[in-house]
Amino acid sequence: MERIPILQMGEFLLVTIQVDMHDQLALTLQEDLTERISRISARGVLIDISALDMVDSFIGRMIASISGLSRILDAETMVVGMQPAVAITLVELGLTLPGVSTALNVERGMQVLRQRLERT
Amino acid sequence: MNVRDSGSLPVRIEQDVVLARQLARKLAGECGMRLVDLTKLVTAVSELARNTVVYGGGGDMDWQILDNYGRTGLRLLFRDEGPGIPDINLALTDGWTSGGGLGLGLTGARRLVDEFELDTAPGQGTRVTITRWA
Repeated sequence: MERIPILQMGEFLLVTIQVDMHDQLALTLQEDLTERISRISARGVLIDISALDMVDSFIGRMIASISGLSRILDAETMVVGMQPAVAITLVELGLTLPGVSTALNVERGMQVLRQRLERT
Repeated sequence: MNVRDSGSLPVRIEQDVVLARQLARKLAGECGMRLVDLTKLVTAVSELARNTVVYGGGGDMDWQILDNYGRTGLRLLFRDEGPGIPDINLALTDGWTSGGGLGLGLTGARRLVDEFELDTAPGQGTRVTITRWA
């Protein structure tokens, strides 16, 4: 079955979405990620969507639910690299992703995750 | 108004939603659409193609590249022979959903295009036409 790879970097998990996802692939990623967070007791998740040229309500909902699920499992999710045109479209679509933390790129996202971890 | 080019794509299964997005992106590019407009159109296509598969039980996406007094645009018709929508006003309300979604598909798609037309009745299938001008 087709899968999006999840990389582990210490206490963090990194996902780079590089394919045009169909809905089932997005759902599989959500399940895989939840399972990995719990298995390795991850403290942070970085989802790099810089290669995504479109985020519709389905993918938006998946991002929001990964963020919520990870919080319940004591991990922070950071969505990084959203393209400006995608951001404009998302807001117009009516999805503002409340509760989802974002950063401009992987480096900044990692920095924020580390800072948050130090505080706790 | 002139139809420069036209065609049709079956939208039957989930993977076809991805193909519909890719075709719309290519056609919008041929129309010379700016990146933001193109992104909005492709997102609307994704929402409507998913509706065609999930609620309409599959259908087709007909496309036309239009020339209108120097303006170029892309018109797309999503049609299915599914159960139709009993209450159009309700279906065009933000947050209302008959499935498990967010209820942003139809209303969101409407906001992302220049022209939007919904033609449906119970048992008569659903036809959604959208147009975006470059």
